[in-house]
Amino acid sequence: MAKDTMTMTSQAEKSIVIRRKKHVRRWIAISFLMTFLILPLIPLFIWSFGFNWFFPNVLPTRWGIRAWAYVFDPTAQILPALWDSLVIAIGTVLISLVIGIPAGRALGLNVFRGKRLVEFLVLAPTIVPPLAVVLGIHVVFLKLGLADTLIGVILVHLIPVLPYVTLVLTGVFANYDPEFEDQARSLGAGTITIIWRIMIPSIFPGIIVAALFSFIISWAQYVTTLLIGGGRVQTLPLLLYAFARSGDYAVTGAISVIFITPGILMLLFTSRYLTGKNQALGGIGR
Amino acid sequence: MSPKLKIWLMLMPALTVITLLFLGGLLLGLARSFNYMPVIGLTDPNVDAYIKVFTNPEFYQALGLSLYIAVTATALATILAVASALLLRETFPGKRIITFLFQLNLTIPHIVGAVAMLFLLTQSGFLARIVHFFGFIERPAGFPILIYDDFSLGIIIQYVWKEAPFMGLITLAILQSMGDDYEAVAQSLGANRWQRLFHVIIPLITPGVMRAYVVAFAFTFGAFEVPYLIGKTYPTVLPVLIYYRYTDVDLAMRPEAMAMALVLAVISTILIFTYMAISRRFTRVD
Repeated sequence: MAKDTMTMTSQAEKSIVIRRKKHVRRWIAISFLMTFLILPLIPLFIWSFGFNWFFPNVLPTRWGIRAWAYVFDPTAQILPALWDSLVIAIGTVLISLVIGIPAGRALGLNVFRGKRLVEFLVLAPTIVPPLAVVLGIHVVFLKLGLADTLIGVILVHLIPVLPYVTLVLTGVFANYDPEFEDQARSLGAGTITIIWRIMIPSIFPGIIVAALFSFIISWAQYVTTLLIGGGRVQTLPLLLYAFARSGDYAVTGAISVIFITPGILMLLFTSRYLTGKNQALGGIGR
Repeated sequence: MSPKLKIWLMLMPALTVITLLFLGGLLLGLARSFNYMPVIGLTDPNVDAYIKVFTNPEFYQALGLSLYIAVTATALATILAVASALLLRETFPGKRIITFLFQLNLTIPHIVGAVAMLFLLTQSGFLARIVHFFGFIERPAGFPILIYDDFSLGIIIQYVWKEAPFMGLITLAILQSMGDDYEAVAQSLGANRWQRLFHVIIPLITPGVMRAYVVAFAFTFGAFEVPYLIGKTYPTVLPVLIYYRYTDVDLAMRPEAMAMALVLAVISTILIFTYMAISRRFTRVD
């Protein structure tokens, strides 16, 4: 009897030890993973406040806000670039929603002949590198006067953005019940009223997610802007590249911090939505 | 209005944009690669550009480097992604914050990732300083060359850093939808941890992870900005070589640029079909 109790206690102790060991191992693994993922971002912040920072100092020997003062200096080129980036991204968001909402509705609510082909066409720009497409467009945009303009850049941003906006909205409409629309119609509501009072409000959260995705994809575009903007349209990433190459790491760090802020803010709102179940994840994630 | 007509009307704006900009861009690139473009007076198509491309060792070097980077980075990212997903699948205190930090990189544009690696990994970078602080190296020269290096390690590290969370979240979603019944059965039949991992979990998640792999691979293969900032100028990856050719002062280089861009597009298209074939062959996991 006494012997039995003894083995039981030692077994319980043993399992506690095993569990604790597992616990420790898990946190070691998580620490490594987090260090790998987060450590590279830290120098961006430090550099933006660094005045003197030479090897082998782990932290700057003098701190300062020169870089930030320069970034917000109205005579410097950063604020205009920030403005152009915003105008382009917001323009891309609006156009992609106007185009993507009907397409998402058509694909999310219906089964029809040729649907596979449409889905394939919508998905194709997500796999073919934008560079391969943009060179051909450039020739025509030069002819049409769209090269080197904001409108031209917005148009090419639609290529990588539209597939993901359509994917998000297709998913949203797949869970949308058009029954309410029929009821409203039977009560005398017209199409415009139905769209504004029934459809838009009920898919609004989905529209916001699609808009955020669209914004972030356009915001991060590099090579499309570089080619179609032809150096005349200076967005934030183009400037970031120029400063990184020039070796002014303080300003480069400050631009980087500004540049990643919208994405981090977006993540605060959509963290739950950004799971692997979301097919549109590839738009920003890969 | 017939329902069918209505569906196609709703799809029309999206299909117009994709056809004109995406397919149009590809076709124009194709025409230009054959030196055929009546609007600028080229009416005599030829295959000179392709002959030049396929006899140019620089093209094969760039293609090889692109493939090497994409294969290595995506393979490493896959391993890290599966390990992270297994880690984040369990419940533990602080899981929400850890998951948020895991998602953080999704929102960081690649160009910022490249800048981050530049700050972190040069021989006098942040990591070298930390290593020096702990007394492992004396001078910057003691730190391995990871940026502008022969093996493109900086580029590979950046891609792994950026893709692992993307693929990890997809893997996590697959694991969650799979539940742990299979593992429980395997465990009751006497399978140990490693047996459960290699004979139960990995075979079950492979189809879904393969799809994520193809998406990430296609992206890295066609991506421009990371090697453009932190890669060597020569040899370089295919997209950067295409850009150099296209922006060469010698306009006669342009058809070559277009031809290479189309080779890039064709390889990526083969990837789409692989992707579609994989998704169709296996049961959908999302």
